[in-house]
Amino acid sequence: MTTSTSASPRELPHVPWGRVRQGRRSADRAMKLIATGFTFCAIFVLFWILGMLVVKGIGGLSLATFTQVTPGPGSEGGGLANAIVGSFVLTFLGIAVATPIGVLAGTWLAEYGRKSQLANLIRFINDILLSAPSILIGLFVYVILVEPFRGYSGWAGGVALGIIAIPVIVRTTEDMLNLVPSPLREAGAALGAPPAVVITSVTWRAAKAGMVTGILLALARIAGETAPLIFTALNNNFWFSPSLVGGVSNLPVTIYQFASAPYENWQQLAWAGSLIITMSILVLSIVARRIVAGGK
Amino acid sequence: MTAATDMTSLPAGGMVTRRAPKAGFDRLFRTASFTAALLVLVLLAGIMVSMVVGGWPAFREFGFGFITSTVWDTQNEQYGAWPAIVGTLSTALIALVIGVPLSLGIAVYLTQLAPAWFKKPVSTAIELLAAVPSIIYGMWGLFVFVPLFAQYVQIPVSNVVEGMPILGTVLYSRSPSGLGIFTAGFILAFMIVPFIASITRDMLEQIPSVLRESAYGIGATTWEVVRHVLVPQAGVSIIGAIMLGLGRALGETMAVTFVVGNANRLSASILDPGSTIASRIANEFNEAMGLQLNSLIALGCILFFVTFVVLCIARLLVSRVKRY
Repeated sequence: MTTSTSASPRELPHVPWGRVRQGRRSADRAMKLIATGFTFCAIFVLFWILGMLVVKGIGGLSLATFTQVTPGPGSEGGGLANAIVGSFVLTFLGIAVATPIGVLAGTWLAEYGRKSQLANLIRFINDILLSAPSILIGLFVYVILVEPFRGYSGWAGGVALGIIAIPVIVRTTEDMLNLVPSPLREAGAALGAPPAVVITSVTWRAAKAGMVTGILLALARIAGETAPLIFTALNNNFWFSPSLVGGVSNLPVTIYQFASAPYENWQQLAWAGSLIITMSILVLSIVARRIVAGGK
Repeated sequence: MTAATDMTSLPAGGMVTRRAPKAGFDRLFRTASFTAALLVLVLLAGIMVSMVVGGWPAFREFGFGFITSTVWDTQNEQYGAWPAIVGTLSTALIALVIGVPLSLGIAVYLTQLAPAWFKKPVSTAIELLAAVPSIIYGMWGLFVFVPLFAQYVQIPVSNVVEGMPILGTVLYSRSPSGLGIFTAGFILAFMIVPFIASITRDMLEQIPSVLRESAYGIGATTWEVVRHVLVPQAGVSIIGAIMLGLGRALGETMAVTFVVGNANRLSASILDPGSTIASRIANEFNEAMGLQLNSLIALGCILFFVTFVVLCIARLLVSRVKRY
């Protein structure tokens, strides 16, 4: 029996006499087929989703989408301008809240806390927050920022998104700082620089690319978050007030409200919004990945 | 390795003149970063406290019955969490049943079968599956998957199983709309696949290749290497990865809200509409007041403690895999 079908280069050099029983061989074949099939199944779903977004969303994209505000019930036309701007404002508010806290906390874990028990506890809790359901974070911010102030606000939305972003930034900052070789720190210390100076002007600079990646990944993570915004920033069909008090329109909640609405222009806008948001996030994640790959 | 701790005790040497402001900055920086780190603990504690406090009126009103009661009646102010809890657990279970084999297959393909040039694009595609926002999965589910599912699976299955014992209850749908517990679980499966698959892949890659090579050396097939060498080696952490996926599935909101059907009743069939804790909160929150609001937060409290336990177990089992 000379079969040369399954001999990929990483396996054993092919044995010229058949000693593999038929049953074992078919089990092996079946496993390979199933594993490959599953992988292509998942990739197929990704492209199915992207294809659906392009097919249904591209028709809704026009200049008006970016210049006009979201239409009220039953009114014609309209765009997503206020929702897009609102999403930008909320997302950057979230990142502005999360970046200093996340970077400092990650720095403490990597540079000061290290292997102490407290540092391990904080790491563990941070990992839990990393996968905590975002709806709970929305409820939490509702209880501490919306209920006491009697009203939805963009600030609450920004804080909710910030809380989701913090664990991502903590984790990447710590990982990236741990990659910086210790001799660099020691060299800084040998020049007489106190730890804070060593960290800010040596370690951070060495880890800069990785830390920026962490922030970009956090940005990608919160840009599409919907659940926490329902309880905090809510949504509306007008330009929001610059003080961000009251509902602040944003893309995810607009998509949520428009998608299953009975008005055709609303549905069209929901698809256009989905296309915009998904493509931005995918581009953001790919860019972030590129930076990591380039940094290595 | 102890450079940072030693640095604090270094004599300032020739920098005497500049010592005072630097020392101030040093202390400030240290305090600030320590405070930021503590804030992570405060956040989790805050979430826990706010859920318990916000849900307390509902727990006090209904006692233990809040968990076991199946009534959710806004007219008569009667609230019970049981249908939502069952919905949450069953969608998550369906997601695991479908998602785990998929993820393990993908991890095996990526580490053992894929040609070298093909690994990177496939890995990226799988990870992008995690980057697609939850609401987009909901749109895909509602507008693409649900009609197909209703027409090609739900109606035929209902026709076949009608009147059969057990199967006739579990798989029969009164109104084959495509929406339901099973649909939600199916969509969730694809949402948790990238998480389980990439952790498992990292785990399999960490296994020393000597082990694999020696198994191949005694004539094992690829399947036998995976089954008897790789899986036992990575065993516990694969379970951890699955628990992590479970944690995601339990709390997923938007996708589920779109496709679960949002029925308040408990149905015996997995093809019938139901609701999960997260979907019910998302659906009713903005119109809720008084006791209903407290009951919704109390639901959130239950969700918090369930996911907290699941994620704790997961993290202990996986113990620091590189993940973002």
